[in-house]
Amino acid sequence: MTGFIIRRVIRAMVLLVLISALVFVMFNAAPADPAALTCGKSCSPEVIEANRERLGLDKPVPEQYWEFVKGIFVGRTYGSGTATFECEAPCLGYSFTRGQEVTPLILDRVVVTVQLALGAMVLWLLIGVPSGIYAALRRGQWQDKAVTAVAMFFYSFPSFFIALVLLFFVVIRWQLLPYPSYVPLTQDPWQWFQTMILPWVALALIYAGFYTRLTRSQMLETMGEDYIRTARAKGLAESTVIRRHGLRAGLTPIVTAAGLDLALVMGGAVIVESIFTLPGIGKLALDSVLTLDLPILTATVLVAAFFIVLMNTVVDMLYAVLDPRVRIA
Amino acid sequence: MSVVVDGPSGGPFFTVQDLQVEFRTDDGVVRAVDGVSYSVERGKTLAVVGESGSGKSVTANAVMGLLDSRQASISGSALLDGEDLVDATPGRLRELRGSRLSMVFQDPLSSLHPFYTIGRQLVEAVRAKRDINKAEASARALQMLERVGIPNASQRLDEFPHQLSGGMRQRVMIAMALINDPELLFADEPTTALDVTVQAQIIDLMKDLQAEFDTAIILITHDLGVVADMADDVVVMYGGRVVERGTADDIYYRPEMPYTWGLMSSVPRMDLGESERLHPIPGTPPSLLAMPKGCVFRPRCTYHERVPGGLCDTERPDLLPTGDGHDVRCHIPAPERRALADEVLAAMRQAGGAA
Repeated sequence: MTGFIIRRVIRAMVLLVLISALVFVMFNAAPADPAALTCGKSCSPEVIEANRERLGLDKPVPEQYWEFVKGIFVGRTYGSGTATFECEAPCLGYSFTRGQEVTPLILDRVVVTVQLALGAMVLWLLIGVPSGIYAALRRGQWQDKAVTAVAMFFYSFPSFFIALVLLFFVVIRWQLLPYPSYVPLTQDPWQWFQTMILPWVALALIYAGFYTRLTRSQMLETMGEDYIRTARAKGLAESTVIRRHGLRAGLTPIVTAAGLDLALVMGGAVIVESIFTLPGIGKLALDSVLTLDLPILTATVLVAAFFIVLMNTVVDMLYAVLDPRVRIA
Repeated sequence: MSVVVDGPSGGPFFTVQDLQVEFRTDDGVVRAVDGVSYSVERGKTLAVVGESGSGKSVTANAVMGLLDSRQASISGSALLDGEDLVDATPGRLRELRGSRLSMVFQDPLSSLHPFYTIGRQLVEAVRAKRDINKAEASARALQMLERVGIPNASQRLDEFPHQLSGGMRQRVMIAMALINDPELLFADEPTTALDVTVQAQIIDLMKDLQAEFDTAIILITHDLGVVADMADDVVVMYGGRVVERGTADDIYYRPEMPYTWGLMSSVPRMDLGESERLHPIPGTPPSLLAMPKGCVFRPRCTYHERVPGGLCDTERPDLLPTGDGHDVRCHIPAPERRALADEVLAAMRQAGGAA
């Protein structure tokens, strides 16, 4: 098991290095001149050149990448001579547009997005998995058809539609909730909850449909397995057969799916965060695209990639715990 | 083992009478089992032989109550010691399963739960039927694993099915099936998924256990070699019907149904020379959705011209006695059938001698 974990972690690290290099090169190949973006339209060429030097943008790309990676692990110093400032590790860069270091900004946003993702996942699993099991056990009957149809309904809508409908009716028309305005949980739990509940529900509704269908098909497949027949041949109660033999095997793949979807949302739920003005990674990425804030964009992409690689590794390990057959492989 | 214990009704220990199983499918109603009857005594083995789709496994699953009641409808009777299993409630069948009735399946890897240890699955089987604590159930599991000849049994209890070899897994399945001393065991192709050398071991094990526990065994197989090793009586099934039944000797030395001949000459035999080719039965089993009107075997039968008046195309033959306890479903007149049987058997021996 230890060897398994070490192998997976090494693989994850290699993957992240490759992704970071790719992202770095990609944004440097962008038509925009990063230095020109550091100040407004009336910027004089002298100021641009000075900024170019301060940010190290005059150096060749490989060297810039090296500085960037170094910054993440040991921190880096911008500028030279008297006009220097320290960016401590893990340094993801400096945003001239915002006049801020990227790392603390990203960390603030990640906290919000992670709260959004975790809450939404709990909700979509609570809705999707039981309804999928129920539909599978009533296969072909009207209950199955009803559940499947409702799941399909929510699954088919684009996320912005569900989010907008929720915002319009719950907040604006019926005024059941105040207009979303994010505060940290520690500051005002009630307002935090009132802000988070709609984004959670919006995301959960979209994913729950998918999880209903996934759970249903998993359960149908599992309940047709030979070992289910064996369990019945033992003369176990049907409820025991379903719980102990069916669910245990049928829900294991759901763990994988949930982990990977969680990673996707953690990387930034751009649309939901924007509609509910949640200061998360997705909203940050969108704002940075609009202002061509390359250091922040690079960092958000890296964070998203980090979550996906991280969750993939976590899911692999979880799977090895859940499925005894994986351990040897 | 030779002592026959009759049920309270005075009949055989287990009797299937005119069993019919129909499945509702999207393409219509499929009659997978059509009027099957057979019986078996305690301590005896009845082999049910036939190709895939002949209804032999469906019969067993129907009797065990393992078919989905929403898709299958079952009629006829299956008397276990006088109690009808077809009429029994699902709850009653569940009580009987794992205690008086038990089953060993074809593929032990897929039939054991991949996520639970051998020990846990055995303990579950014991505790499903007996009110004993885990330690006692564990002891019983260990004892059973040792009985079926699994080395390092106590260590195996903590292993998962995939960590065992195929033969060991089937031993575990047998241990699980016999752990509560069932009186009737269905063995559904128990050796098909195993190596030939392991097959022989498993058959020997089943014979030993049968002698020890006086279990009635219904052995479902298409392997006539296995049948010769174990069976007292044989039922040959084709297209959901019994086409021939009798003692193992009847079927081996006096087979009278062309399908049985076909089965026998399609078995590879080591005592025949290498030059001897297999004689597979031409054609494929009938679709249960479109059964031939006359004899179900007619489309694949090379002897139908011997029956006058095209009877094979129009009339379903009945299962009629041809000897003491030997029944055959065939239109060919009995004397001619016997003469043909002698020819077929002689040809098989001839082929062996020629090599």
